[in-house]
Amino acid sequence: MSPRAVLLLLALCLALFLASLALPFGDIRGVAARDPELATIILVELRLPRALLALLIGAMLGSAGAALQALLGNPLASPDLVGTSSGAALGAIVTGYLIGLASPFAMMLGAMIGALAALILLLALAGTHASTATLLLAGVALSLLTGALSALALAIAPSPFAFYDAYDWLMGSLVDRSLPQLLFAAPVMVVSILLLWSKTAALDALALGEESAAAMGYPLVSIRRLIILAAGLGVGAAVSVAGAIGFIGLVAPYLARGLTRGLPGRALPPAALIGAALLLAADILVRIVPAGRALPIGIVTALAGAPFFLNLVVRGRAETAR
Amino acid sequence: MSPLLEARNLHCPGRLHPADLDLKPRELIALVGPNGAGKTTLLHALAGIAPDGGTVSIDGVDIRRLPPSLRMSRLGYMAASRDIAWPIAACDLVALGLPDRRNRAAIRAALDKTRAFAFAGRRVDRLSTGERTRVFLARALAASPKVLLLDEPTANLDPYWQLFIFGLLRQECARGAAVMVAVHDLSLATRFADRIIAVEHGKIIADGPVGHVMTDELMERLFYVRRGAAGHWDMA
Repeated sequence: MSPRAVLLLLALCLALFLASLALPFGDIRGVAARDPELATIILVELRLPRALLALLIGAMLGSAGAALQALLGNPLASPDLVGTSSGAALGAIVTGYLIGLASPFAMMLGAMIGALAALILLLALAGTHASTATLLLAGVALSLLTGALSALALAIAPSPFAFYDAYDWLMGSLVDRSLPQLLFAAPVMVVSILLLWSKTAALDALALGEESAAAMGYPLVSIRRLIILAAGLGVGAAVSVAGAIGFIGLVAPYLARGLTRGLPGRALPPAALIGAALLLAADILVRIVPAGRALPIGIVTALAGAPFFLNLVVRGRAETAR
Repeated sequence: MSPLLEARNLHCPGRLHPADLDLKPRELIALVGPNGAGKTTLLHALAGIAPDGGTVSIDGVDIRRLPPSLRMSRLGYMAASRDIAWPIAACDLVALGLPDRRNRAAIRAALDKTRAFAFAGRRVDRLSTGERTRVFLARALAASPKVLLLDEPTANLDPYWQLFIFGLLRQECARGAAVMVAVHDLSLATRFADRIIAVEHGKIIADGPVGHVMTDELMERLFYVRRGAAGHWDMA
């Protein structure tokens, strides 16, 4: 393992360690001395779900991004491509302010239904023996459609408050997520991640091209469907709890492939770890940056992710010039 | 000699007429035909890639029933495209063709065979076309498969490496493998192959020893070329 990889792993451990210690510890000790019950509530019902959700959602976005990139043979593929993120967003907006159920749990349920509907539509549109390009095109078309419908719903907002609620949700946030929300979304994400991980060998073989992988005996049609299904469901669950969070699904796989000598399938587990660490770090940042009000976490990951990609562009340009 | 690979009712609607085909051990078969004639489709069908294109068995075992780990030692396939999207080192790419990806001895042996060991640690996407072809060929050979199906392995190679690759394929036949190569170079096909299969419009129109298939009439029909006075091919 290269020194850079060791440093990266150390940073990951540090991020995980800091999240559980640095934030709650100082305050909690004082509270615990006075009111142990309150301390338990703060820790178990407020902070633990939030931290666990950050870890799981980060891992989900990292795994889904890595799996889709490997499947499509394209390092720029992101989990949003499947169309379930925007399907989830539309579901949440419709529930939240067209139907008028603006509680976080109702919006989450609506988002999950939206993600599922988008996924079923995608598989129906693409047909049984869909090629990767067909699936991708169907996903992009669905994303555009649901995105437009979301924008339309926002444009005809019944009240500024409703607009604000939906907008806030769309920006992505882990604030005030409850234990029931965690319990609802976690199993979906865990199963999705494990399903994606079960296909790492096939995804590595796909680096040789679809023909060669098929000739080696990997059943591409079923693998493709499983990956779209698992990524779609998992990302749908993630988006329904936390809203749209960009860049993690794009950056984590890239960093992970640095640890697996470029192999795209084997990069899934490290991409999950890196995604988890990045989202946790972003959530810590959101909490400690004094901005008057809590920053949307989606904005933080995008702000951090854009310079990262610019750096890649500059480095890539330098390498081509050489 | 009993066949190594037996293909029955190979077909692909609209692209490949139903056909039966046997490949024998130690046989080097050249697959010829104009662009779009169905050479790659036939190779796909033989490799069991087409979703329901007939049955293919190697040593009496239906290859579609074999998981990747068992299929690799029976069938090696090399696609016409040698593009790669990921920054993978040559040795790691070859490892993908082995049931045990950590088998360093087998990786080294495969890279030695195709004279690619010198750049084993370099990224495949930064190699020259010829080097890249040799790495992909090493991957197809890595598990010493009994049947090798290669789609234009000498495309874009200079004369030295074209001869080298056909010499290598003859060695693979010598160890008992059946090798089928889609190829456009009629001189290479005539010189190295034991048997030629000619396809046109998705149909096998000739199959037999070189002398029987590479006739002037058939070449003119297939490619609109004719053997000239000095042995060159001229446009008909």
